[in-house]
Amino acid sequence: MADVNRGNRPLSPHLQVYRLPLAAVTSIMTRITGHALVAGIVLIVWWLVAAVASPGAFACADWVMRSWLGFIILTGSMWALWYHMLAGIRHLFYDAGYGLEIEQAERSSQALIAGSVLLAILTLIIFFLF
Amino acid sequence: MRYLTPRKSAVGLGAAHEGTQHHWQMTVSAVALAILTPLFMITIACAIGLPRELVVAYFGRPLPALITGLFVIVGMVHFIKGTRIMIDDYCHGWTRKAAIILSAIFGWAVIAAAVYALVRMGLGAIIVL
Repeated sequence: MADVNRGNRPLSPHLQVYRLPLAAVTSIMTRITGHALVAGIVLIVWWLVAAVASPGAFACADWVMRSWLGFIILTGSMWALWYHMLAGIRHLFYDAGYGLEIEQAERSSQALIAGSVLLAILTLIIFFLF
Repeated sequence: MRYLTPRKSAVGLGAAHEGTQHHWQMTVSAVALAILTPLFMITIACAIGLPRELVVAYFGRPLPALITGLFVIVGMVHFIKGTRIMIDDYCHGWTRKAAIILSAIFGWAVIAAAVYALVRMGLGAIIVL
């Protein structure tokens, strides 16, 4: 009897159709934001070096910083930095043995996304007010 | 005759002879960066948009210089160690070696550039005084 239970077998979680749980997505995002932050730090360090190099170099770096591209890189980096920091703090709790249950990880993932977006919006508001 | 008991495989620094050093260093730099991150954001936010002379004067002051220097140094060391983990996960053989070397060179170049700029600005402030 080979086909007793043909329709009800557990299916393999094939990677290309498998929907990742939220905790997995937020975990991968930690790595992506961490590496993407390079763009922001390079832009800022270039701007600092340009400031001591020459007026022309600074004018160029400062123009990029204030351009739309600079705004996107800096604002994106700011959110990524908040996200990576909150995720890192969560990782410290993981390391200490807290929050490892599935429902807890699900809830901390939601808090991570909401918290980083909230902090980013708050940072933008404070930046443009003062 | 020597036996590889479960105890023996757990004692000492493991196959890489590094033990948990990498993880511990990431933990230390992570806590340091959690403190530095808000300070760095405030520091940079105050400087963006200033004309060149004021940027140089601003980073010549102790607090902005120290916060920026510490953030870039600790951040890039954290970056080099973090990319190392990603490279170990996704790259193999020759590519892995090349990627690890490139990430270390890049990280230390960014540190050197930032420290150079900050030292120049600090010395400039002293000369003006």
